[in-house]
Amino acid sequence: MIKAILIFNNHGKPRLSKFYQRYSEDTQQQIIRETFHLVSKRDENVCNFLEGGLLIGGSDNKLIYRHYATLYFVFCVDSSESELGILDLIQVFVETLDKCFENVCELDLIFHVDKVHNILAEMVMGGMVLETNMNEIVTQIDAQNKLEKSETFIFQSPRQAGRQRLV
Amino acid sequence: MLGYDISWAAFNIIEVMSASKFTFKRIGYLAASQCFHEGTDVIMLTTNQIRKDLSSPNQYDTGVALTGLSCFVTPDLARDLANDIMTLMSHTKPYIRKKAVLIMYKVFLKYPESLRPAFPRLKEKLEDPDPGVQSAAVNVICELARRNPKNYLSLAPLFFKLMTSSTNNWVLIKIIKLFGALTPLEPRLGKKLIEPLTNLIHSTSAMSLLYECVNTVIAVLISLSSGMPNHSASIQLCVQKLRILIEDSDQNLKYLGLLAMSKILKTHPKSVQSHKDLILQCLDDKDESIRLRALDLLYGMVSKKNLMEIVKKLMIHVDKAEGTTYRDELLTKIIDICSQSNYQYITNFEWYISILVELTRLEGTRHGHLIAAQMLDVAIRVKAIRKFAVSQMAMLLDNAHLIASNTQRNGICEVLYAAAWICGEFSEHLEEANQTLEAMLRPKVTTLPGHIQAVYVQNMVKLYASILQQKEQAGEKEAAQEITQLMIERLPQFVQSADLEVQERASCILQLIKYIQKLQVKEVPVAEEVIALFAGELNPVAPKAQKKVPVPEGLDLDAWINEPPSDSESEDEKPKTIFHEEEQRHSRHRQPEIDEEELARRREARKQEQANNPFYIKSSPSPQKRYQDTPGVEHIPVVQIDLSVPLKVPGMPMSDQYVKLEEERRHKQKLEKDKKKKKQKKEKRGKHHRHNSLHTESEEDIAPAHHVDIITEEMPENALPSDEDDKDPNDPYKALDIDLDKPLADSEKLPVQRHRNVETLKSPDSEVPLVEKKSKKPKKKEKKHKDKERDKGKKKEKEKKVVEEEEEEEKKGEDLDFWLSTAPPTAPTPQAQSEPGTGTAVVAESQEVKKEEREEQDEEEEDEGKKSSKHKKKKHKKEKEEKSKDKKKSKKKSHHSEEEPPVSVQNGTLEDEPLPPMSSYRLLAENPYIKMTYDIQGNLQHDSQVTVSVIFENKSTSFLKSMELNVLDSLNTKMLRPEGSSVHDGIPVPFQLPPGISNEAQFVFTLQSIVMAQKLKGTLSFIVKNDEGSTHEKLDFKLHFSCASYLITTPCYSDAFAKLLESGDLHMSSIKVDGISISFQHLLAKICFHHHFSVVERVDSCASMYSRSIQGHHVCLLVKKGENSVSIDGKCNDSTLLSNLLDEMKETLSKC
Repeated sequence: MIKAILIFNNHGKPRLSKFYQRYSEDTQQQIIRETFHLVSKRDENVCNFLEGGLLIGGSDNKLIYRHYATLYFVFCVDSSESELGILDLIQVFVETLDKCFENVCELDLIFHVDKVHNILAEMVMGGMVLETNMNEIVTQIDAQNKLEKSETFIFQSPRQAGRQRLV
Repeated sequence: MLGYDISWAAFNIIEVMSASKFTFKRIGYLAASQCFHEGTDVIMLTTNQIRKDLSSPNQYDTGVALTGLSCFVTPDLARDLANDIMTLMSHTKPYIRKKAVLIMYKVFLKYPESLRPAFPRLKEKLEDPDPGVQSAAVNVICELARRNPKNYLSLAPLFFKLMTSSTNNWVLIKIIKLFGALTPLEPRLGKKLIEPLTNLIHSTSAMSLLYECVNTVIAVLISLSSGMPNHSASIQLCVQKLRILIEDSDQNLKYLGLLAMSKILKTHPKSVQSHKDLILQCLDDKDESIRLRALDLLYGMVSKKNLMEIVKKLMIHVDKAEGTTYRDELLTKIIDICSQSNYQYITNFEWYISILVELTRLEGTRHGHLIAAQMLDVAIRVKAIRKFAVSQMAMLLDNAHLIASNTQRNGICEVLYAAAWICGEFSEHLEEANQTLEAMLRPKVTTLPGHIQAVYVQNMVKLYASILQQKEQAGEKEAAQEITQLMIERLPQFVQSADLEVQERASCILQLIKYIQKLQVKEVPVAEEVIALFAGELNPVAPKAQKKVPVPEGLDLDAWINEPPSDSESEDEKPKTIFHEEEQRHSRHRQPEIDEEELARRREARKQEQANNPFYIKSSPSPQKRYQDTPGVEHIPVVQIDLSVPLKVPGMPMSDQYVKLEEERRHKQKLEKDKKKKKQKKEKRGKHHRHNSLHTESEEDIAPAHHVDIITEEMPENALPSDEDDKDPNDPYKALDIDLDKPLADSEKLPVQRHRNVETLKSPDSEVPLVEKKSKKPKKKEKKHKDKERDKGKKKEKEKKVVEEEEEEEKKGEDLDFWLSTAPPTAPTPQAQSEPGTGTAVVAESQEVKKEEREEQDEEEEDEGKKSSKHKKKKHKKEKEEKSKDKKKSKKKSHHSEEEPPVSVQNGTLEDEPLPPMSSYRLLAENPYIKMTYDIQGNLQHDSQVTVSVIFENKSTSFLKSMELNVLDSLNTKMLRPEGSSVHDGIPVPFQLPPGISNEAQFVFTLQSIVMAQKLKGTLSFIVKNDEGSTHEKLDFKLHFSCASYLITTPCYSDAFAKLLESGDLHMSSIKVDGISISFQHLLAKICFHHHFSVVERVDSCASMYSRSIQGHHVCLLVKKGENSVSIDGKCNDSTLLSNLLDEMKETLSKC
């Protein structure tokens, strides 16, 4: 089981948080803070596993993370998940994001949190891995986007609007 | 969202969820999934909306609903929607199918009743054509099986098929992980797995898969760990692959390699130990995760030999470590490593104490209390070290200002707690007691935390008492008065303490000492009485002692002791009556004039109670009343302190010196041993005695530096052995522990929403597709419903069901067994498994013999030089043989003399020729403390039980207590334990043994098959208590259940005997033994006695005999004696039993 998926930037600002267990908002914030504290201290070329211990659940849990440019992707998983498998999953996740946003950057995650969530929902559902095939994920996302577009034109290209204003 | 509370918007979210447009719906569900939870009250409004979305024609509506639901499913939602989700599991679109399958896990968690009805379909999905659905199903079952593996064993064949056919690494990883969880329950499965897993390891390129394979192979090997010699290759393969991982430059692989290595370590420490270099290297890694893993590994790799070396390395790391967390981790690891399994690896406790003292120099550690606990534990339990410990602790107290410099948040000052206590409690070892006392009275002490000050105050008095005694004995009255004066001067600073505990203790003690001063002025000797305050030893009490005291029968802890004050009685109910009652009570109190007898009885009872109270300090059999006999220097094991060790420089790292010293010592020891050996050899020329020491230095050869007897922790005498305290009653996964192999019952179906006015009995089948298959039963039931004999019908139904269930279960079991038994080369039956064990033992024995021979050969060649050794060797052997024969004889004799033979029941007449005394008690095991002999008797009442009577004989001069006998059960033979205790619990022997006394205890064993002889390994653990203290001892034994012990002497008349022989359903077998010299009479008596037969008829030198096994096998024998030989023909229902019996008889007779 995956217990939580967190994305935050180099300064610890959360960009996405998905908990598959119920925590109160205060605890959630604390978990994010502590996780950032743990992860940010680590050098670039050390291993990607951390024994989270007290953070979420018991000592059964591990933090598995990857660092991409300005973002940390952290998965908190229990012992039923394969460590290397989850690392691959993070890679798949990021590549999928890259495909869906065309050169993903931190801003994409800020302005399209909902889309990131939707992509994530196609990969992980209720803490269990749903799909690991990138093409399959992208097809489903595209199909849903098409469905959205057909419904209304208001939501045509919010992404570009966001870009133009800020970049 | 993103850590902010949006629960205020819950209702609006539901509004958005119910929008008709997918765009809005998706956003609504996303918001819900982020912020809804079981406590959200509006969640119950969503049920119908979700149901509508689930059945929407648009697959993405359904998908979004499923995704959202997976995040906020509640028990209510799960119950109401389970059936809808079930139907979605066979949706046409794989996209929906996989989501539906996956969400079932969440539903199961919230609504466990749904598991059984839904499981068959879930199983179907394992073979779904779509890989995504398949993977989801595997995922769900793996999660389920991880929590309750035993219910999913029957799926093993299916998963095995998947494993060999699937190419999806995700699925493979999951399945392999699942197998890892299943193998501990079914070793045969492990055997079947090893081969395909090894193939995968060799073939796969995916590191993740390789790693998981290695992991599961390890799990398999652990489950097989005993007696599988041919798997060393697999272990080697694993270790090799792991080494490659660890040596990889990728830190992730390195980490995982170490992780897996630690799993191997538990069962195969040897194969990991060879990679010590690599692991020590990892300690220097810059990555903390890796260092921590390596530390974990170190824990298992220590031995007596390398402990000092490893700890020395760790100490260097402690000095270098930058972060406090890592340093703390190192500290705990050092302590863990040293103290593991009762300080097993420590050969020199002085070294350990000095390590602990060195660790106190760590700044800012949180683990001061750990060090303190260790100091206390070692000082209390290792008597020999007390003197050294006290000197070290005195030093610590002297330098307390260094340790406690920045107090309060500094955890290390906890060690002062230990130091003060040790100095006080063992003050008789203190050399400069005055100095220590002064150190404890310094004003600076008052800055320490309260609980430490309290200990200081208490232990000052202990010190004071011992100093007082010293001075008085030496006749230095003035010095004694001086010390009293000092106490009186300094104690007030503690009396002023803000801490209540300190204040109270200090005030009490101040008063006491003032009183002492008065007496001193009057020149009354007081020391003895003061020291009597602290007489008696404080023994360690086991941590769980309190918990283990069973509540005595008849004691209800929840019951009121007095009548509960009734609430109803109003306050104003005349005070008169109360007063009246009170008076009565008073008079009642006074009434019983307690006579002497009553008093004595009560005193006795109180003593009894105290003896059973773990917290009451018992007066041990040899009370060490310190104030009576002079401080007993004699019975304190004296430690030779090497004065070359500089004790008094606190800043110096001293433990290093110990390492050196230890090496020297070991070297010396070795030399001495060699010398001894030579001497022995010289002696041997004359005496030829056996000695087992080998030339290579094994680990056991390292003797501890001083005699260490570790005092075991005390337990209350009637403590319960069972130990189930770590179970969490609130485990959500417990509810899912459901037997899935049972067929579904009618009552078990998912709740379906119906309109109220629909006839309920209409058709459960049409609505719940699951129940379709078993539609026959419900119909029957319906009819019976219409009849008014509902209850009866139900009962019958139930009975039927039970029978069917049982049958089917059997079937399932057989299926699995069949699948497992067709496993490659041989999946030997458990009985066969036990054989290799004995086989290896035999091999080991023969090796030993060989070694001995070789040794002797060596000796001779050395001693005799060039003389022709061949000749000599022969002689040697002969002598040896003779010796061993002698031994055997002597053993036998001892048996014979032990007991008079019980009169065996026989209906054949015995001639009055005197018989040699015989005993059926055989030697079980023996050591200098205890000797055990045993006999096995069948039990007529129970056809599957035998009683083993064991005689325990105390051979030592010590008191033996807390004896506990435990036997390693085999599949066939099991020791009958009291209900509720686990297989690993021993059975306490119901008595204690004073020196020289023997007593008998009986143990009942249950067996399934009696046709074969059995050997069970077991251990007797007991506590030896004598004047010097008590030690824990163990004695291993092997219980041999011969086939004869399953027979019961049963008389039989000749006509019945003849009929039995005629019946023709008996198997026949015969043996012949040559070289028998004893008389036929003796021979028969022997068979009767040792093999539990009775003589039916005897004609000249020919006799027929009969016996019956506890399971009702008839055994008939015809014994004929020729010249110097005996032939025995046997007939029995079971040929295996017969042949085994005859073999045993052959052995008995061949000894004659």
